[in-house]
Amino acid sequence: MAEEIVVPINCDLDIVTARQKARAMAAEIGFQTIDLTLIATAVSELARNIVHYARNGQIELRAINNRNGKRGLMVIARDEGPGIPNISRALQDGYSTSGSLGLGLPGARRLMDEFEIVSDTSSGTTITARKWLGSL
Amino acid sequence: MEVPILKQGEFLIATIQAALTDNDLRAFRSALFEYVMRSRARGIIIDVTALDVLDSFGTRTLSEIALMSRLRGAETVIVGVQPEVAFAMVQLGLTLEGVTTALDLEEGLAHLNRKPKRLDT
Repeated sequence: MAEEIVVPINCDLDIVTARQKARAMAAEIGFQTIDLTLIATAVSELARNIVHYARNGQIELRAINNRNGKRGLMVIARDEGPGIPNISRALQDGYSTSGSLGLGLPGARRLMDEFEIVSDTSSGTTITARKWLGSL
Repeated sequence: MEVPILKQGEFLIATIQAALTDNDLRAFRSALFEYVMRSRARGIIIDVTALDVLDSFGTRTLSEIALMSRLRGAETVIVGVQPEVAFAMVQLGLTLEGVTTALDLEEGLAHLNRKPKRLDT
């Protein structure tokens, strides 16, 4: 199994590719149907944010283990876009600067087990999310 | 990936057959709405059985179709939302506002058939 996959995100077709690759990798790790859909949906939102706000970036998918040997999937969404000026607001349901529903980021956070955002207006945004096997 | 739209009596039936990109979804919305205008349909069924993800953009597009069609007197019924997709949508905080849902095509048609017919048809 590939331990790491990088999906370049440059257009809306890449959003579909990213979520399909995430689903496939999560299935190989051993995630079941519901989790596969949660992961694919979260990756879809993260990839769309890249296309929407930064235009270009990438989604990295990694098979990971924690200290107790638990398996999981790490998703890193990286872009060098304009950055998120106010992360806590961006994580509020219904807050959007683009006329969208404003559920992408807070929603993606709910779909995953761990979620971190590092962003500044000069170097862009990196969102790291993890989902652990059997943690539902 | 184009979504086929079939006319069956007063209803339109659109079956999404594979994952759609955002642009595919926008094209589908336009095509369907044009069809609604032309055909005087009073009901639309969108079958999403084949969709493994309904994220915020997909949900918003379906809601927009339903709201626009309602202004033309046509009701939209979404059928075939998979259980795990429904679960993910709830976690995301998504609601299909203004949209009727039914389990499958058969129930969707049954629902639309219960509605009063247009006067001139």
